[in-house]
Amino acid sequence: MADVFRKMGSMAINGIWQLGFIARFFWLILVYSGQSFTRIHLTLRELYFSGVMSLLIILVSGLFVGLVLGLQGYETLQRYGASDSLGTLVALSLVRELGPVVAGLLFASRAGSAVTAEIGLMKVTEQLKAMDMMAVSPIARVVAPRFWGGVISMPLLAALFSAMGVFGGWLIGVVVIGVDDGAFWAQMQDAVDFRYDVLNGVIKSAVFGVAVALIAVFEGYDCVPTAEGVSRAITRTVVSSALAILALDFVMTSFMFRG
Amino acid sequence: MSRTTMDLWVGVFVAMGIAALFFLALKVGSISGSDIQSPYTLSARFDNIGGLKVRAPVKVAGVLVGRVSEIRYDNERFQAEVVFTVDGRYKFPTDTFANILTSGLLGEQYLGLDPGGEEKLLAPGDVIKKTQSAVVLEKLISQFMFSKAAEGEPAPAK
Amino acid sequence: MSEPLVRLENVRFAYGERAILRGISLSIPRGKVVAIMGGSGCGKTTLLRLIGGQERAVGGRVTVDGQDVAKLGRDALYALRRRMGMLFQFGALFTDMSVFDNVAFPLREHTDLPAELINDLVMMKLHAVGLRGAAKLMPGELSGGMARRVALARTIALDPMLLMYDEPFTGLDPISLGVIGQLIRRLNDALGASSVIVTHDIQESLQIVDYIYFISEGRVVAEGTPDEIRNSADPFVSQFVHAQADGPVPFHYPAGDYATALVGGAG
Repeated sequence: MADVFRKMGSMAINGIWQLGFIARFFWLILVYSGQSFTRIHLTLRELYFSGVMSLLIILVSGLFVGLVLGLQGYETLQRYGASDSLGTLVALSLVRELGPVVAGLLFASRAGSAVTAEIGLMKVTEQLKAMDMMAVSPIARVVAPRFWGGVISMPLLAALFSAMGVFGGWLIGVVVIGVDDGAFWAQMQDAVDFRYDVLNGVIKSAVFGVAVALIAVFEGYDCVPTAEGVSRAITRTVVSSALAILALDFVMTSFMFRG
Repeated sequence: MSRTTMDLWVGVFVAMGIAALFFLALKVGSISGSDIQSPYTLSARFDNIGGLKVRAPVKVAGVLVGRVSEIRYDNERFQAEVVFTVDGRYKFPTDTFANILTSGLLGEQYLGLDPGGEEKLLAPGDVIKKTQSAVVLEKLISQFMFSKAAEGEPAPAK
Repeated sequence: MSEPLVRLENVRFAYGERAILRGISLSIPRGKVVAIMGGSGCGKTTLLRLIGGQERAVGGRVTVDGQDVAKLGRDALYALRRRMGMLFQFGALFTDMSVFDNVAFPLREHTDLPAELINDLVMMKLHAVGLRGAAKLMPGELSGGMARRVALARTIALDPMLLMYDEPFTGLDPISLGVIGQLIRRLNDALGASSVIVTHDIQESLQIVDYIYFISEGRVVAEGTPDEIRNSADPFVSQFVHAQADGPVPFHYPAGDYATALVGGAG
């Protein structure tokens, strides 16, 4: 019995220790962020690797999610004779939830894992230590630009995902099934509010961006410098990011959409 | 990958992302803050507001003129007080009638205004006195049932 | 003789409970090439990290150019490191940059020199290691010896006063090994720098260094010039120089009695 409590205690202490470590790391990134903006090409390069490289998977997934939402939504709505509300259903589910959450999950597994792998490999091959010995801070030069690249990419990717999804829903609903085009857009615009729905969705995706980018750079920087250590760090990035996204989503949803 | 191609792609990516944000803001959603110009607030008291919610539309003759900004309970009058903002371009006479209506049979509830014939206009912050509460379906059904029962009762006494 | 560039006084270091260095004193005179030798895992690399300020000693003092490394703040430490160069075991080249960009990296980070001047400087450094023709290659396309020479060019990019080499001879064929050895000596003399080589390659070191320290179990066990070392009667040095399997450095990891372990296993 005492053993169980001991285990729980050590888990709690470890968790708090880890949290404090991440918080301190986050603070260091912010302190050393100057270069990421004064030498903007450092961040642009990371925007390319985390943003542009994730573009294809985000656009294709967004389209398919929109197509499925259109099909399933129509199936349900037409039973109540409300198929005109298809636009509302597709747009609200995408803008409020699916856009930020699914784009965040895809982003974590596409870009987050790549960032962890890159930083982890730099650690294994002593590139970070070498940089430090050359009096160049690895946090300023390597970590911070990757962090900001992720933070900036994420809301843009989520917006693209939602837009692509709405297009997919329109394609199925209006072009294939034949819901009235005017009703589709008018009902959607009537129900979707810019500040309440769209802006809250963007805020969500920005928060997910910070969470995923922070987890990815932290796991890479903190990994055990062996091949096995890096592969474990990559797994941890994907798992922790997914959990963080879903938990944060619940918290934010309950604050944003209570009324 | 040379730096110029990378810059080009990043530029394309950022432009696409911002375009998507604009698409969501303008085509998918409607900007509620900016299409109401120089807004002013009015309020109205109701015995029962039914399912009216904050941000519900305010319509006159079917035209959207504003939105409900606040709903609170008046402790002294035992009534609900609904505060709403209206576009400054629209003016209403003091004897305007406020209803809580439902769009369609099962649609959302909104605040409908019926302008009267007075010459004086409502000033910002004024309270609309003539109101009609929301139709509550349960009350309607029980009323209907009671009247049916009342119709049926005299029969055995005959 | 003037004050040595680097001086370690009774330095102790431990990873948690595990003691690595148990009181080491040594000095690296200006303009000399000094080798620090010892078996694998005896804390040689840790010594370099202490000099570079990447680790802090538990006890004792490390001074570089008169400054106590452990007492320096971050900015002062970075200022000191700009005058140091460290060659890592496998080069530690930045894999996402070309050879040229790797060598240009310290110049671009620490100076505002115009592009033409950086180009000239990089070409000079690459020429010094004989790899001017490889400027456009990526690190992945280089052999181990070439990668280490590029890393060497990067290390000397800012003309440091102190050069540190972590196992520079590991995993090289005899030709590359000779090339690196000659480069270390030549660059040291050309730059007027001082060098520390951490290695266990005795034969190569004896040819190029001015002084040798032997470390075992966290202490300096022998020291001397190459000639003294060659003729030393010290059992540890002679085991090392002649590569004998057993001697003062035991073949067996400390363990219980062999017979008891076998019998115990059977019972």
